[in-house]
Amino acid sequence: MANKLIISQSPHVFTPRGTTSIMGDVLIALLPALAVSVWVFGWQVLAVTVVSVACCVVFEWLIQRYLIKGPATIGNLSAVVTGVLLAFNLPSSIPLWLVILGSFVAIAIGKMTFGGLGKNPFNPALVGRVFLLIAYPVQMTSFPPVDGMTGATPLALAKEALKGGCSVSDVMAQLNMNDLLLGLKSGSFGEVAALALILGGLYLLARKVITWHIPVAVLGTMAAFSAILWFVAPDTYLSPAVHLLTGGAMLGAIFMATDYSTSPMSRRGGLIFGAGIGLITIIIRVWGAYPEGMSFAILIMNALVPLINRIKFGRATR
Amino acid sequence: MKTFPRGGIHPPSNKLSAGEPIKVLPLPASAVIPLSQHLGAPAVAQVAKGDKVVVGQLIASAGGFVSANVHSPVSGTVTAVEPVANGSGVKVMSVVIAVEGDEWLPTIDRSPNLVTDCRLEPSEIVAKIAEAGIVGMGGATFPTQVKLSPPPGKKAEVLIINGVECEPYLTSDHRIMLEHTSQVIVGVGLIARALGVEKTYIGVENNKPDAIEQLRKVVAEMVRALPHHIEVVPLKVRYPQGGEKQLIAAITGRAVPSMGLPIDVGCVVQNVGTALAVYEAVQKNKPLIERVVTLTGKDIPAPSNFLTRIGTPVSDLIKAAGGLPVDTQKVIGGGPMMGRAMSNIDAPVTKGTSGILVVGPKEASRCAETACIKCGKCVTVCPMALEPYLLSRLTQKQLWSEAEAGAIFDCIECGSCAYTCPARVPLLDWIRLGKTEVNKIIRTRLSC
Repeated sequence: MANKLIISQSPHVFTPRGTTSIMGDVLIALLPALAVSVWVFGWQVLAVTVVSVACCVVFEWLIQRYLIKGPATIGNLSAVVTGVLLAFNLPSSIPLWLVILGSFVAIAIGKMTFGGLGKNPFNPALVGRVFLLIAYPVQMTSFPPVDGMTGATPLALAKEALKGGCSVSDVMAQLNMNDLLLGLKSGSFGEVAALALILGGLYLLARKVITWHIPVAVLGTMAAFSAILWFVAPDTYLSPAVHLLTGGAMLGAIFMATDYSTSPMSRRGGLIFGAGIGLITIIIRVWGAYPEGMSFAILIMNALVPLINRIKFGRATR
Repeated sequence: MKTFPRGGIHPPSNKLSAGEPIKVLPLPASAVIPLSQHLGAPAVAQVAKGDKVVVGQLIASAGGFVSANVHSPVSGTVTAVEPVANGSGVKVMSVVIAVEGDEWLPTIDRSPNLVTDCRLEPSEIVAKIAEAGIVGMGGATFPTQVKLSPPPGKKAEVLIINGVECEPYLTSDHRIMLEHTSQVIVGVGLIARALGVEKTYIGVENNKPDAIEQLRKVVAEMVRALPHHIEVVPLKVRYPQGGEKQLIAAITGRAVPSMGLPIDVGCVVQNVGTALAVYEAVQKNKPLIERVVTLTGKDIPAPSNFLTRIGTPVSDLIKAAGGLPVDTQKVIGGGPMMGRAMSNIDAPVTKGTSGILVVGPKEASRCAETACIKCGKCVTVCPMALEPYLLSRLTQKQLWSEAEAGAIFDCIECGSCAYTCPARVPLLDWIRLGKTEVNKIIRTRLSC
């Protein structure tokens, strides 16, 4: 007996929560928003999601097997998460061949070229989305009409109206806050259901997958910055509530910015990171060419993460 | 409720033996007493093969300032003074005694009477503690008399008694606080008197409300007999609440400086088991020859707390708790967070053995390491505000000056980072390695 004892250094017990379990929780947290999307946009949503997930998994498996030549990594479910998040960032009416192309860019360029999970500096799903947005702007901004409204997103609508000389109150008259909260609005199908996304975020908090720091910093900064603008010139700028409930605000703050690999290691670093995202998002939305800025803001802050990680918080400062 | 300021984890507590009263373990057939059961220089043997010894007799004397006396825990005949394999299989100089009867030194007071009165001067108390070979019984085994003799220019203001027992599974301190409360409190009073402190705190994790209540009751009863004020402080259940630096921060709010000692912030920390040993040494003339050991594990038929003579083979304890389960894969000396896996279960119980944990196949092996996902959980849980992922990478790349800049020497090896890592990266293995290297470099630099 004694000669068969296992010897290892302490600690001898470990949390049951491994990478796969955490990724599984992210998928569960995305379910309410997926359900709302199906309700709002129909079954096409599921087709896009299934194609995106399948392609992400297959591309990761192929690259890991034949190019990296390492043990299979698809079991950790991170490719599934990337697939769902990419799909959530697409219009439901997008041609499926574009979904395949986007998945390839997300996994091959966004993730595997850096060595796979944990080594990629940019959020893979957003790399895929931004590639599609720049290369195929028409398909990426044509949204199916929701409930009789036109196919333009609330933010795009607002941007056009403001350019055309309308005042914010005219724009606001067309927006129903309850619809924004529930998801009855146009947009990438996973971003519309603010309430369902918040529900998913609460689940992630309860399961300790994420902490409050990044989402609160993103949304808080967006709210504060847009509130200042709105207070100064209410006829020129949209209210904080509209900013928080439209575009990719919730999806980005809760699910995209909190991606482990591409966000800072410390909580305080997360606050800086999140504040940067909120700030850049509003700057792009208000003064940029695009109606929406969340994707770009997250990618820009992703690039700063190695620098944020160099800031020493607490006792390690010496 | 008080707690340490940052980091920490909540491993399942699994205190299986918490309700088991302390049982006296039968004497072993033969006792193996290592001469180095403490931090510092090994003790020097004072007996030779063939000598007759009795319980409590000095068999090895301290080999330096930081060292401790060793006394015979049994009566019988010395059969060898030779290197014997310890729990890790390393041969260490030991005295082997064939047990015959149970004859004690007549000077030892074996009656159950509580002796509260003490007229000794502080220096006499310290001398008696040194004579009795007492070491830190929480597992660190630092010679107690050294801790009670602050270096010139340093003064102890606060005594903290560690009754936290934050390691999962272990219950020996819990049982001591419940069953030997008065003795512990008298011992605490003696330590406080030796140090000349005005204020003493006993820190107990809040998962032991019975111990907190019992300690408070006895402190209230004995308040007149006590030389100074003792306060029982319930602490939040959070590992590593019983780490020396964490406990000091939780109770006093003081931060022990990097590479410093508790005395640098006017604190001395002693374990409850040590307080009991001090009582027995000073009031009953009984050297440190036995201790309470928790023998536990999910597959152990009867997890127990045993009053065990030093030198008893660990296998004797396992037998007394119902025997070794057939599928045992790991035996740990100490708790699951900081204990040491044993390769030799015939090794003896020593002064620092607070528990033995027997682990079955489900928990004995580590999961395969996967890629770090940069979740930052190791940074969040580190109670020393270090960056474990970074220190482990710096060690792998042998970037020692960067590891030193990252304060790798501050690591208390609590294991919170490795426990919490979802990618199962053996963070602490790497950090230990790096810490050893960096400490070597620092020592070389200081000696130049």
